[in-house]
Amino acid sequence: MKHTLSPQRYLILFAVMLTASVGDTLLSRGMSQVGAVDLHHLGLLLHALTNLNVIAGILLLIGFFASYTTALSWADLTFVMPATAFGYVVIALLSRFWLHEYLSPYRWAGIVLIVCAVGFVANGPSRTEHPSDHPELDLMDSGVGR
Amino acid sequence: MSPHVFHQWSAILFVVVLAITGECLIAAGMRGLGDLDRLRTRSGLLGYLGPVRAVLSNPLFLTGALCMALNFFAMLYTLSIVELSLAAPAIASLTYIGNTVAAKLFLDENVDRRRWLAALFVCAGVVLLAK
Repeated sequence: MKHTLSPQRYLILFAVMLTASVGDTLLSRGMSQVGAVDLHHLGLLLHALTNLNVIAGILLLIGFFASYTTALSWADLTFVMPATAFGYVVIALLSRFWLHEYLSPYRWAGIVLIVCAVGFVANGPSRTEHPSDHPELDLMDSGVGR
Repeated sequence: MSPHVFHQWSAILFVVVLAITGECLIAAGMRGLGDLDRLRTRSGLLGYLGPVRAVLSNPLFLTGALCMALNFFAMLYTLSIVELSLAAPAIASLTYIGNTVAAKLFLDENVDRRRWLAALFVCAGVVLLAK
């Protein structure tokens, strides 16, 4: 296992954390402005696409999927997962400091636990090295070409 | 267990299995492609065409994305029969633990004590946040 994350890669993990939570929050805000959608009013879904909050939410969620898949190209799934879980913390903090909602002691305890989990994993190696990740080394080990 | 409760937990488990399958397939596909920066053919925005083409033509990634799309609709169905306060933490926690086990078994990741502890902390944290 190795642990060599460049600042650019930390930036991508940061994007994973922020885009999903802020995107979900914007979608939720936008859909509450659009109103309830049911089978008899499906046209409202098209109308929702003209709402700025919904548009921004969709763009952020596309950004989330792009940054998430990029992170998985150089890090383990079990390394990237806490970054996505940190989104819950971002949502809770946004609701406390932006929407001025009340956070119970249970929720603060939940935030502390998730932050600790991210800290555990972030201090460890980002990727498990398999022999097949370096076919050229496998070839050398096999003795071919000696 | 009443038939209604059984129905609810079956729907939750179906969502969880789809999420785990999707995430593992996407992770396997992306691991197979390797660092996407190395696939860039030139600098600038056009340079990203290579990585995008490689990702979108990867069968593992496409199957995983299909599972995630199905997961989205299964989640909508589940939320229509299960209360959000139960569905959200149950799905998030079970998916998290399931992903950790699947990553160890199928992706051959080195899930050490630190990562197991993180998985347990996140699950407990999600349950507390949902209270």
